[in-house]
Amino acid sequence: MTAPAETILEVRDLVKHFPLTQGILVKRQIGAIKAVDGVSFDLHRGETLGVVGESGCGKSTLAKLLMALERPTSGSVKINGREIANARGGELKRMRRNIQMVMQDPYTSLNPRMTVGDIVGEPFEIHTDVVPKGGRRRKVQELLEVVGLNPDHINRYPHQFSGGQRQRIGIARGLALQPEIIICDEPVSALDVSIQAQVMNLLERLQTEFNLAYIFIAHDLSVVRHISDRVAVMYLGKIVEIGRDSEIYERPTHPYTQALLSAVPVPNPEGRETRERIILQGDPPSPANPPSGCHFRTRCWKAQAICAEQEPLLQIRSGSDHPSACHFAEALDVVNAQ
Amino acid sequence: MSDPTVAQDLIHGGDEPTGAVTVTSTGRPRSLWRDTWDILRHRKIFWVSLVMLIAFLLMAAFPSLFTHKDPNYATLAHSMEPPSSDALFGYDLQGRDVFARTIYGARASIIVGVAATLLTVLLGGITGVLAAFYARWLDAIISRVGEIFLGVPYVLGGIIILGTIAPAQTSPNEFTIMAVVILVLAILGWPILMRIARSAVIQAKHQDYVQAARALGAGPFRIIFKHLLPNSLAPILVYSTITIGSYIGAEATFSLLGIGLRPPVISWGIAIADHTRYIRTGAHAMFFPAAFLSLCVLTFVMLGEAVRDALDPKLR
Repeated sequence: MTAPAETILEVRDLVKHFPLTQGILVKRQIGAIKAVDGVSFDLHRGETLGVVGESGCGKSTLAKLLMALERPTSGSVKINGREIANARGGELKRMRRNIQMVMQDPYTSLNPRMTVGDIVGEPFEIHTDVVPKGGRRRKVQELLEVVGLNPDHINRYPHQFSGGQRQRIGIARGLALQPEIIICDEPVSALDVSIQAQVMNLLERLQTEFNLAYIFIAHDLSVVRHISDRVAVMYLGKIVEIGRDSEIYERPTHPYTQALLSAVPVPNPEGRETRERIILQGDPPSPANPPSGCHFRTRCWKAQAICAEQEPLLQIRSGSDHPSACHFAEALDVVNAQ
Repeated sequence: MSDPTVAQDLIHGGDEPTGAVTVTSTGRPRSLWRDTWDILRHRKIFWVSLVMLIAFLLMAAFPSLFTHKDPNYATLAHSMEPPSSDALFGYDLQGRDVFARTIYGARASIIVGVAATLLTVLLGGITGVLAAFYARWLDAIISRVGEIFLGVPYVLGGIIILGTIAPAQTSPNEFTIMAVVILVLAILGWPILMRIARSAVIQAKHQDYVQAARALGAGPFRIIFKHLLPNSLAPILVYSTITIGSYIGAEATFSLLGIGLRPPVISWGIAIADHTRYIRTGAHAMFFPAAFLSLCVLTFVMLGEAVRDALDPKLR
């Protein structure tokens, strides 16, 4: 996937603010949680974009915005050139066929009172013109087979399956409408490591089979590297660095990315003591009241006066071969550093 | 940088080795309702209350199975005669057979209890689901209106409404008075069910599977009936079973106060009301209807408890 294929998802200046209100009878807005604060990126056909960042940085809100489960405060999300962020009714329903989701927790993402057949078949009940009524059961069994489940288990209930099997059911449901984009919101973080590998391999196989584009949200950096073509690093609602996985992992230029990468455990015991670890001080600031200028400056060892005055834009800079939102962007190989 | 270890590649169409699949001996898949039934049928309290329930339902449907006497046939000469081999439970003030009247009394009590509960579930369920699903101003209005109704004490509310529509001196026909009592019980009781339904639906609404259904493009109708209702039915079911019992008790309270059911309806409440003054000279005329009333209330409460234990083992 070297040549950039056609862009199927285009996100521009996406903003989601959750209002903070006070008062019992008359609600007064006293502020806003800036969950997603100006995010832009493109996604190409058949490509995987990994999104990493710590808890509360707006990854899941971003997923919900892309799925049109939340309405953005401003900005646009275009799928194949058509705006989904303000689509309604029948138009929105049609657009949903192109973008589906695999959820984080396989224990809550399947309705416990429905059989597997009903769960995987629900997309066909909603979009009645995809598969004629008589062929739906057959189609559901095909989907179960595609994700590596026994098609004879169609009448079973979710609680009779293990976590990994449940996640496969969730993936089958996401595949049913043959979407072009699948948003995976931490699809493996609730699973055991060995099952994680199986589900990741399944996702990779399905990608080549159906030419899917993934947005792969996770906080596990090694998982993201394994599956992603490009990686975006988020901090406090903004993308601070975006690039091909080799660029991000081998030549990170944003101090936050460098700090994240230096925290990844290295399996090789040799040189572990000499490896430089960047330890960040303090907690991330509140997204209701982010610092001026660069959001990361309060925890950054490079911060200077300009960082508080001027917000660094996400662009290619002199010290960086890929877009980075740091005034002092400079490549530093933290992973292989001696 | 470590790649995740590839434990094993997928065998296409194969099963996962860690599969925790449970199958019943018959090979049929087990739904959560089936699990509930399995717990239920191992509980003694369930079978006891079920047998009693069937007995009461038979009494209500076919009273002539239990007695061949006419409950309205009065011989004043027998007034307040104690139990004997001739009349198992004795005779009441008017010289009517207490056993026959107690058997025939089951019908009115159970009809009122069940119908009022159904109406309560309907009223409270619909308002609760709407309040939870649409939230915002609709929730605020429904919740506040519910609180107004909850603020009225049960008996006081009953006295006010029944005393206005059907004052104690009037004698409306059988159907009208039962309908009015059912309505009053439901009107005073719906907010509790509304709250139960509302909280259950709010809980279900934030589950991921509802988000997933929305992401698929499911409309509100499908989300409510396929996802929210089946997952919030358990607490509603438990509460309504117990409510039947308490409504039967409430109906008797209204009858005792002279504002509920009244002759020609035969009910346990009326029988108790008619004979409270004679408790020292002829306790039997009041004791037997009161005992049946208590047993019937107990039956529904026990059944409700058993169902709750089975549906939600955490509450045990």
